[in-house]
Amino acid sequence: MPIPTPFHSRTSELNQTKEWREWSGYWSAATYQHTHEREYFAIRNSAALIDVSPLFKYDIVGPQAAAVVDRIVPRDITRCRIGQILYSPWCDDDGKVVDDGTVWRLAEDRFRVTAADASLRWFQDCGAGFEAEVVDVSHSIAALALQGPNARKILLELGGAEGLIDLPYYHLTQGEIGGAAVTITRTGYTGDLGYELWMDSADALEVWDRIVLAGADYGLLPAGLAALDVARIEAGLLLIEVDYISSLKALTESRKSSPFELGLGWTVALDAGEFVGRRALLDQAARGSEWSLVGLEVAWSDLDRLYAAFDLAPQVAGRASRDPAPVYVGQRQIGQATSMTFSPMLKTYLALATLERGYADLGQTVELEMTVEYQRTRVPARVSRKPFYNPAHKRS
Amino acid sequence: MTSRYDVIVIGAGHNGLVNAAYLARAGLKVLVLEQREIVGGATVTEELFPGYKYSVFSYVVSILRPEIIQDLELPRHGLTLLPLPSTLTPLPNGDYLYRDDDHYHTLREIGRHSPHDAEAYEEYGHAMYFMAKAIKPILRMVPSDPSSLDPRELKRLADLGSHFLGIGEDNLHTLIKLMTMSSADFLDEWFDTEPLKATMAASGIIGTFMGPRSPGTAYVLLHHYMGEIDGVYRAWGFAKGGTGGLAEAIASSARSFGAEIRTDSPVVAVVTRGNKATGVALEDGTELNAKRVVSSLDPRRTFLDLVPADLLPSEFVADIQRFRFRGSSGKVNLALDAAPEFTCWPGNGPHLRGAISISPSIDYLERAYDQAKYGEFSHRPFIDIVIPSMIDPDMAPPGKHVMSCFVQYAPYELAEGDWETRREEFGDAVIDTLSEYIPNLKDILLHRQVLTPLDIERITGLSEGNIFQGELDLSQLFFLRPAAGYANYRTPIRGYYQCGSGTHPGGGITGAPGRLAALEILRDLGL
Repeated sequence: MPIPTPFHSRTSELNQTKEWREWSGYWSAATYQHTHEREYFAIRNSAALIDVSPLFKYDIVGPQAAAVVDRIVPRDITRCRIGQILYSPWCDDDGKVVDDGTVWRLAEDRFRVTAADASLRWFQDCGAGFEAEVVDVSHSIAALALQGPNARKILLELGGAEGLIDLPYYHLTQGEIGGAAVTITRTGYTGDLGYELWMDSADALEVWDRIVLAGADYGLLPAGLAALDVARIEAGLLLIEVDYISSLKALTESRKSSPFELGLGWTVALDAGEFVGRRALLDQAARGSEWSLVGLEVAWSDLDRLYAAFDLAPQVAGRASRDPAPVYVGQRQIGQATSMTFSPMLKTYLALATLERGYADLGQTVELEMTVEYQRTRVPARVSRKPFYNPAHKRS
Repeated sequence: MTSRYDVIVIGAGHNGLVNAAYLARAGLKVLVLEQREIVGGATVTEELFPGYKYSVFSYVVSILRPEIIQDLELPRHGLTLLPLPSTLTPLPNGDYLYRDDDHYHTLREIGRHSPHDAEAYEEYGHAMYFMAKAIKPILRMVPSDPSSLDPRELKRLADLGSHFLGIGEDNLHTLIKLMTMSSADFLDEWFDTEPLKATMAASGIIGTFMGPRSPGTAYVLLHHYMGEIDGVYRAWGFAKGGTGGLAEAIASSARSFGAEIRTDSPVVAVVTRGNKATGVALEDGTELNAKRVVSSLDPRRTFLDLVPADLLPSEFVADIQRFRFRGSSGKVNLALDAAPEFTCWPGNGPHLRGAISISPSIDYLERAYDQAKYGEFSHRPFIDIVIPSMIDPDMAPPGKHVMSCFVQYAPYELAEGDWETRREEFGDAVIDTLSEYIPNLKDILLHRQVLTPLDIERITGLSEGNIFQGELDLSQLFFLRPAAGYANYRTPIRGYYQCGSGTHPGGGITGAPGRLAALEILRDLGL
């Protein structure tokens, strides 16, 4: 049975649909209203409040904390200044991705790492022998994502925090909301302007109430996972267990992926010291990767044609799909799409897909399998730039 | 010396801009000339009261064609279409009818008024799906000319014939009823509930000088359904930033393809040599040359104002003179200090984020029409309201609101007095009507803009203030829009084209006339 997050008494009151998903063992609202659409547009048009407490959080503290983090992630941590945040995957010895998350430098000797999966043991193992401690703060820290173009205005309304107005993308600051200490990070899983707020679980409800009050005139709505899923695909952001499988959980070798194969090669600093998986990745960098995770776009006119062949107007689910579908070139299957959604912003159908090298270049035309009227058919799709949706206000 | 353009487009309304964008996209050197200081025509957003942005004229995006959104990459140029998923019909007795995208909630809500109607509503939706699907291809079709023997025209006609025969007998019957009946009669076949019938019938009278009991109005109902059959596509909604946001997106797309757009440049005449258009003359005397000229203005301006009558066949001139405009609506835009409080549904809620329709009964609408028929504005008019700031908080300061009220009927010519002297009286009638449903309205009113058909004509150039550039009536549609023989975007003058809502498939923010005209121009150029 899932357990409640620190915000449950508020979210359960608001969740009119009673539709919940399980997220790492917690109750998580799928959609508060009968359709997630309004919540989705709150993310893109005004502001949305999302309970992201189920994320795993670890503090790595001690004189050699930086060395431990540097060992865990392939990014060059020596270049992470205090107050800065890096996105990174981390790998096993074979250079296959275990998980991904954000790494925050809170002080010279203090980091926080967020993860999708429980990672205490992994981090402790990586840090064995170093003078630093890994502390699991997953349960004691509650987290809220405040996402959307009005997010900053709402935080400023609350008094916010020092430096909030200029807080750069992927940086953090400390503040206070309703007397509660809150760490504010300019991060999120929506590809929009947004912040995440981290607080002691005991302060969760106070902070929630203050934000809801301040957001009332800015179009703030609580948003569930259904809306978030559409937004994160538009933003081209990966989801573990959907777009890739943790190497610690994969049942076959072929299900494991390297950062290069996930389009995360930019996070791999091969010449910046030792980290777990470096040697394998050096090897792979020389060889080149066989797979590539890319964005696919299906034009509405092609959907229209596909459905017209069945005498139907296009019928695409409003929600994101996590049912994988094969991708073809000619008779050959060259990969699979793992996340798909119709984009209400871009008015096209989007997919995240892992394709064979050679078919993954921008502009390449492939065919995506779609089932229409019980028949498996194919629709043309083009390899497109990710993020699909990337508004200027995300970083401004 | 003036530079020579491939094409000059007159008017930067949404159709002129769509037309220019398609032509520029094909590689042509295009200039758009707009009389006003801003682009958009009747799709503009203006901050007429500090901090409050009005969608001054058109206020919702109805059936903007998906192919246009895709071809012109409008989302990348800033177009965001926000859903407008509900309709509230407040009633004089303090009750209401509310419909939204929560299917079963809507059925329960209709069932509260009539259990029979709740079931009929589902069947109606099912039938209208087929109607909209039957009509949909016509929206992307250049009208065929039934009197022509040109093989291409004949093929188009044959295709159209087989399309209609292919929709099935029952659907064909329903379609013929839609084409011929009044919306009141058509809806009577389905429903009993007055506010339901009236609110649906209202979409059949918008922009026409007809009442819900006038034959031919049922057809216009279909336009309402057109955007809905494409499911998640949701072409029907509210443009972020107001309808001006849409015009800006199209303009940005056009510019990205190389089109040049000049504002404050009113065109007074199309320059011709022999029977060919060679450019335009501006109000300040400048002449600009172009190989082709496209007018996005309405048929009266396109043919009777801009070109010498002797270049046009007399029967064509007569057709255009007879083309009915008969503006029938006004617009009242309000700035509010707080959210409006409805008697029937106090407080803030989802009902404020959708359309709100003052249309309690068919009789109410017909009475409103009765007054207009004899030259008086409706003292208790049909009002179609949206509160843009509820959907897009950027339209007004935090906690404050703008309210857009489309008002019908307001005849272009009044039997008594004139609009100059009676404008505010018309505004008062609207406020008084609304106050019957929103008692706090007068207390929260900060600013109002009252637009009569005369004002709409003066500001946008739309003849008689008709929002569709000519009534959407069967006698003025398809191969008769704007005149027989000239429905294919060409004109009697070589090199002179038309691309406004006065051409097929008519008004509303579809962009379809602009696009279809561009495709015909490109065809003539062999591109």
